[in-house]
Amino acid sequence: MSVSTRYGGASQPEAGGETSPEKLLAPVLSAFWDEDESWTLDVYRRHEGYEGLRKALAMSPDDVIAYVKDSGLRGRGGAGFPTGMKWQFIPQGDGKPHYLVVNADESEPGTCKDIPLLFANPHSLIEGIVIACYAIRSSHAFIYLRGEVVPVLRRLHSAVREAYEAGYLGENIMGSGLDLELTVHAGAGAYICGEETALLDSLEGRRGQPRLRPPFPAVAGLYACPTVVNNVESIASVPAILKNGKEWFRSMGSEKSPGFTLYSLSGHVAGPGQYEAPLGITLRQLLDMSGGMRPGHRLKFWTPGGSSTPMFTDEHLDVPLDYEGVGAAGSMLGTKALQCFDETTCVVRAVTRWTEFYAHESCGKCTPCREGTYWLVQLLRDIEAGKGAMSDLDKLADIADNINGKSFCALGDGAASPIFSSLKYFRDEYEEHITGRGCPFDPARSTAWADQHTEVNA
Amino acid sequence: MTTSSSERGVSLGMPELPAPAYPDDVRTRLEADAREIIARYPGSRSALLPLLHLVQSQEGHVTRTGMQFCADMLGLTTAEVTAVATFYTMYRRRPSGDYQVGVCTNTLCAVMGGDAIFETLQEHLGVGNGETTDDGKVTLEHIECNAACDFAPVVMVNWEFFDNQTPSSAKRLVDDLRAGRPVSPTRGAPLCTFKETARILAGFPDERDGAVGASGSAGHASLMGLRLARGETAPARVVHPRDGGPHDEPRNREVHDPSPAEHLSSHDAPQDTSASDPANPAAGPAAEEGE
Repeated sequence: MSVSTRYGGASQPEAGGETSPEKLLAPVLSAFWDEDESWTLDVYRRHEGYEGLRKALAMSPDDVIAYVKDSGLRGRGGAGFPTGMKWQFIPQGDGKPHYLVVNADESEPGTCKDIPLLFANPHSLIEGIVIACYAIRSSHAFIYLRGEVVPVLRRLHSAVREAYEAGYLGENIMGSGLDLELTVHAGAGAYICGEETALLDSLEGRRGQPRLRPPFPAVAGLYACPTVVNNVESIASVPAILKNGKEWFRSMGSEKSPGFTLYSLSGHVAGPGQYEAPLGITLRQLLDMSGGMRPGHRLKFWTPGGSSTPMFTDEHLDVPLDYEGVGAAGSMLGTKALQCFDETTCVVRAVTRWTEFYAHESCGKCTPCREGTYWLVQLLRDIEAGKGAMSDLDKLADIADNINGKSFCALGDGAASPIFSSLKYFRDEYEEHITGRGCPFDPARSTAWADQHTEVNA
Repeated sequence: MTTSSSERGVSLGMPELPAPAYPDDVRTRLEADAREIIARYPGSRSALLPLLHLVQSQEGHVTRTGMQFCADMLGLTTAEVTAVATFYTMYRRRPSGDYQVGVCTNTLCAVMGGDAIFETLQEHLGVGNGETTDDGKVTLEHIECNAACDFAPVVMVNWEFFDNQTPSSAKRLVDDLRAGRPVSPTRGAPLCTFKETARILAGFPDERDGAVGASGSAGHASLMGLRLARGETAPARVVHPRDGGPHDEPRNREVHDPSPAEHLSSHDAPQDTSASDPANPAAGPAAEEGE
């Protein structure tokens, strides 16, 4: 099948490699999402649930930290910081309470992995939490779940209750002497709370605004005590590592980006959804196995890890989707949110809408982000409406440059990414909006139902 | 739904009087709930976000009375509570409908049809962003990315997922809500009212039979990779859940010409501050100000 040509530009990978989905994919966390009641403790146990915890409790806490560090697991929330190292930074014997806070505030545009994971398999997270708390000597953990996902909140409430009843939470867990309380906390709608220090302020009952660092959360986090903040998928991956071994984990992916992860394919593709695979798979491989772009269309631009990661084009179909590969190609792996847009999509419209999002979600604490995103929106709206001037394009780049790296937290950098990258790859299209006095695209052609009306559209 | 100038808090004369308290029976009940929430946290102030969800479950929005209650329970000033309540988008600041219908208009959903759905619903319901139908049933708003991009375009009702929507399926959805017909999300439990949803958000589990398991283990898109890894062929792109596909989409759309109203993620103007619900037995500020 030669669907690859449909995506456009880049050359095809060498023939003869293993390209079947059975070889390329590696469902671990998603392995039993299609079973009845997959979210329950019974089903989780049937799939060797809480066996990783049993192994961890037989080790010393320091050995668990070392084991996770040796596995090479890196943060799945965007930054890719080694998980075991985060745990190791927690000062031990300091006499203060230690906390684990799980960042389940999944809000980055395009990102949709933690929510289906928690909906179908919440116990993988709870088991990972118990292991992590044992390792860092914490007796109280929190799951900060964004509030806008009530179906997930229900299943977390239910799974936590089951875990307490089964003795995986509470006092003297599995006879180990470990006591652990787990609190599920629903947020109230604020993208910025995905930033770890803003999340901590929010969890302390304040406006979610980022904190100055240092001190880092490992030293002064929640209630100014040593705190680990980890993404859902990072923590949920830990039980499988303990259960199957670090060598098994390292047998997937690359030296610096080992293991499996969830890739989320969305947009104008034939098969949007979750694809769990070893790190380093390419978008071309994912599209090849899932039916490609929607019929009759070609890939125009895509994000490797959410809207805050610089966009790619069809030149980048063969970039290995791991931390190093995406970095070397000028973007970031981020959350592996592969939002794919075809040639019917106006890049100016897309970037304008993302920028409106960043302006709306800017917390207002620092000037470059608060003011800069506001002005970016004004310029972009004018350009989209055909009221821009050529000099506006340099002004856009200049404002983005004044936000990027000069803001208090990464929200500002994220806001600059779509601007820089779209100007780099699609400056012509911006110019067309200016010289042509408006947007040359018809939004009706981009909709999910557009092609169902081709014949009657005469 | 319109609000009077006093409800919007724009009165420029007398400083506002303190908010009226909840009636005794309400306060007693809420205090018990609040104590349970506060006990979950090592530091009491951490309970503020759930407490705001709790008072929202009482009145349907966060009132001055509710904020005063939170301040009393936590030993904070009302200014501190207001600062938090006005920061987060899930706290409503004026009376709203039983069903909050949120259309995702972040880039991916917007492009996939979210803009068309939002436009259609505004026309169909005769309300704008953040407004409520006259029958008090539906509050329409556009929302940001809700972590369901593989099910785009997405509509949320009381924060339950209605996946793969079209303008016609969304119209039917709001018609059903207004007519009181039972409505089930693609992912999530049969709908409860906004107030009941707010109580779950405050951390009180949904005790309805079958609510946790409703709609099955995972949505179809969540299973795409798993099915391929098992050697099953890619399933056909399925289901517009409520109707099997769009029927009456507009045929020949105009070339895109964004109007100010179309800039959907742009509600960055200051929002109204809240006033207590006039229906609250304890009189609202309208009475205080002698209107």
